[in-house]
Amino acid sequence: MPFSQDVISVILLSLQVSTVAIVIGVLIGIPFGSFLGLYAFPGKRLLTVVIYTLMGLPPVLIGVIVYLLLSKHGPLGSLQWLFTPQAMMVAQSILVTPIIIGLSMSAVQAKEQTYLETIRSLGATPAQTIWTIIKESRKGIWAGVATAYGRAISEVGAVMLVGGNIEGHTRVMTTAIILETRMGNFDAALQLGAVLLIISFILNNLLVMGILADFRSRRRKES
Amino acid sequence: MPDLQLQNILVKPGTKEILKLEQLTLMESQIYAIVGPSGSGKSTFLKVINLLMKPVQGKMNFFGQELSLPHLSGSGRLLVQREMAFVAQKPVMFQTTVFENVAMGLRYRGIDRLTIRKRVNEALEQVGLLGSAGQAAHTLSGGEAQRVALARALVLKPKLLLLDEPTSNLDPKNVSIFEQVTRNIHQTFQTTILIVTHHLHQARRLASHCLFIHEGKLVEMADTDSFFQTPKTEDLKAFLSGQMVY
Repeated sequence: MPFSQDVISVILLSLQVSTVAIVIGVLIGIPFGSFLGLYAFPGKRLLTVVIYTLMGLPPVLIGVIVYLLLSKHGPLGSLQWLFTPQAMMVAQSILVTPIIIGLSMSAVQAKEQTYLETIRSLGATPAQTIWTIIKESRKGIWAGVATAYGRAISEVGAVMLVGGNIEGHTRVMTTAIILETRMGNFDAALQLGAVLLIISFILNNLLVMGILADFRSRRRKES
Repeated sequence: MPDLQLQNILVKPGTKEILKLEQLTLMESQIYAIVGPSGSGKSTFLKVINLLMKPVQGKMNFFGQELSLPHLSGSGRLLVQREMAFVAQKPVMFQTTVFENVAMGLRYRGIDRLTIRKRVNEALEQVGLLGSAGQAAHTLSGGEAQRVALARALVLKPKLLLLDEPTSNLDPKNVSIFEQVTRNIHQTFQTTILIVTHHLHQARRLASHCLFIHEGKLVEMADTDSFFQTPKTEDLKAFLSGQMVY
């Protein structure tokens, strides 16, 4: 099975589903997490506790909720997304967004108050303030994104429930591993597991290299 | 002509009053040194003026603009804040080059790239760091970082420059450079400067007027010679002679 056309399509679908989920998570999670890290408002403590709780949400529970939402008689049933990659993307987005929010919030809060005062005293608007703080906290935020990506691509409960593990349609690496294990094809399961690990290693390596390259280019930019 | 007038300022985050100023007028193109014991409210005073801290009451007249400080927010706050620059005791260096650190305030204001390049290079030249423009800012020494912070302030050509103990962590050579650049800024742009300092000699060297703040209150204000030679209050006498216990 390794590196047959089927395996390649399974790997590509895994990457596609998790990448879309991460992009959605990043677009929502980084600005929202940074806002939470920067500003005080009534109910912030409760909201923080809720987000930290959601960071540990079991994927299978997310799967059940998304299943009910997208099922034929559910509120979003008209979309007809159940047992499609879109449903898997929705489920993984729900999984990763609180992780990105929580870790972005922590990364931003780790910056001293003097950072915020300096940015404001330079005449930044609130949007410029948040953007600058995000850039300054990028190492911590990227670490959060990497963690979330690892969680998304390795989870199985949600994608199994809402995707259905349909061959050639919604089968991803984790659900394929389960299938191969149940069929007694341990070699295939382990090989897929190794591919999963290698992908995770490559993505994290790219993230780290990206941070370094970003810093080097900034050094060169105006020299 | 007065640049800055403060009236009935009260900073009270909780039950304790940390700054209470009834009336204060500062004149344009002067250098004011603010001295006083640690924890007396000097930095709070600067932060209130720089709109980084909101008092529970008080008014500020900033170059003819009457501002109610507790209610100032949004674009009104931003417009006034952009007329000032602030240098903190411990300079924050953003994770980028020296050039980008100095350019940051100009970029916030939407200034075009050519003007930014010209003004940043001029500012870096003034603080003697033009050759370090491409260097990563976090690799600078403490003295160099403070000079970058000063360049970041002066590039904005502020009407009012606020310096919060800017040389307290510097060696004598860097203190001397910092003071010289501060004088140059004052002479070139006629900028009004407020400097909080623990070094009385520095206050004497730089300032035309001195303010003594103690326990959140403005105790005495005078021209520098009178301030040091003929202090009027017992508190200031005790402070200048090193007898004040705090």
